[in-house]
Amino acid sequence: MTDDIAKVPADEIFELVTDRWTEPFWNAARRHVLTAPKCASCGAFRMPPTPFCPHCLSQELEWPELSGQGTVYSFTVVNRAIIPAMEATLPYVPAIVELPDAPGVRLVSNIVDVPVSAIAIGQTVRLRWHDRADGVSVPCFTF
Amino acid sequence: MSIARRTALVGVGATPYYRRGKSLPQTMNELVCKAIIAAADDAGLSVKDIDGFAYYSGGFDTPYLMETLGIPELRFSATVTATGGGSAGAVGLAAMAVASGVAKTVVVVGGNQQAALRFGAFNQAHAPSPEGAFIGAAGLIGPGHMFALLARRHMHIYGTKREHFAEVALSARGNAIGNPDAIMQKPMTLDDYFAAPLIADPLCLFDFCLETDGAIAVIVTSVERARDLQRLPVVVHAAVQGGERGWGRSMYWMNMPDEHFLTSGHGFVARELYAMAGLTPADIDTAQIYDHFTPMVIAQLEDYGFCKRGEGGDYVASGAIRYEGGVLPVNTDGGQLSCGYIWGMTHIREAVAQVRGTARLQVPDAQFALATGGPSNLPVSAVILGR
Repeated sequence: MTDDIAKVPADEIFELVTDRWTEPFWNAARRHVLTAPKCASCGAFRMPPTPFCPHCLSQELEWPELSGQGTVYSFTVVNRAIIPAMEATLPYVPAIVELPDAPGVRLVSNIVDVPVSAIAIGQTVRLRWHDRADGVSVPCFTF
Repeated sequence: MSIARRTALVGVGATPYYRRGKSLPQTMNELVCKAIIAAADDAGLSVKDIDGFAYYSGGFDTPYLMETLGIPELRFSATVTATGGGSAGAVGLAAMAVASGVAKTVVVVGGNQQAALRFGAFNQAHAPSPEGAFIGAAGLIGPGHMFALLARRHMHIYGTKREHFAEVALSARGNAIGNPDAIMQKPMTLDDYFAAPLIADPLCLFDFCLETDGAIAVIVTSVERARDLQRLPVVVHAAVQGGERGWGRSMYWMNMPDEHFLTSGHGFVARELYAMAGLTPADIDTAQIYDHFTPMVIAQLEDYGFCKRGEGGDYVASGAIRYEGGVLPVNTDGGQLSCGYIWGMTHIREAVAQVRGTARLQVPDAQFALATGGPSNLPVSAVILGR
């Protein structure tokens, strides 16, 4: 196991595009507000945002502000670049994070700024924003 | 009307398997045509008898193939949606076309040439999408990163170990050695496995399939006509594609409920498949299991009922999937881990060889062979082939 610190993956490997259903998530992110789409009819959360609630088929949504608390559901440590843009930010740690105040949904995110050997499933994590040069803010998590 | 036992595979053709990029300067269509010509020769048919094409993963350009091979008439051309999950499903598509009487001689073809598009960085090859942003932002570039997330959860919940993943890789390598078609010929030890770089922890280099070029074609016709052809008919006892919403886009989603997250997404297809065939897991003599990543072989062994949920690691550790002494020899050609990666068509090819009794590592008296398509976004698929 390495004691390297988990980094934020390079901005260059991801380009944000949105549609009218995903845009509110990313607009809130620019204000450093973590949110998730919640059906205004039946109250079920879903992720990613899609045009209909899979339970009641309502299109009405609420976007509650979440606490930023999370629990690690699974993670991987990326140690090797498969495209050149990855080189500068190894290792990084893609993780699936459960959000206690958005039950039933998970966010695919990154664990950052902690030793990779300390990361475990079940670990409690908290939100840390990564502000990119292109104006997009990406939610990450740390201890 | 069921498609069970109405059709048979009567010809198989393949190009050599090439390391990524080494099939150049041949074109992709050229490789596909070589596989189709070889499949027709194997069946004792003319390519001009082909009147249908069944594909998956985007397929190929049917009229170009007709123009090139001089195929005069077309009665069927269709593609299973999604990606490598549909390989076995394309055989089912051909079986549907033949059983319904729509077409008489349908070729199923799969192939890849990774010089231009490296599957290991698959997600970078596609235009960014709104739903993809929820994966891409986390730096999940290739399927290996995504399946590593599934693998670690399986380890955490069930106690599956890297030694179990290693056993899948070692078994495949053992089968590949001596297979003249196989890319990998060097023996592998457990020490070799653990010395390999961790690409996406817990997955190391040897948990990943090969990146290869090549094409494989199989010809499907009616069982009645198959009896008049030169090869022993390999009957399609069942062919199923599909899956459940709880698996859905799977690794492009990562919001699968727990009971799906820990699987390969094949449970639904497995149940439908055994029901269609009127068979049980105990009837299967050999399984050719889509092996893009070793943990997904273990999860499929569970989904297809060869062991209980969560016990796939112990099952492989018992030697169950080995050719020598195993109760269920798996990927007897070396699989996509050590023989060649042709998007699951390798598994169809080897399943046919086992039923014909012509495999290099022949399972004695193999009556029924399972071949699966890749655990991926739906549909996933499988076939049971037999005498």
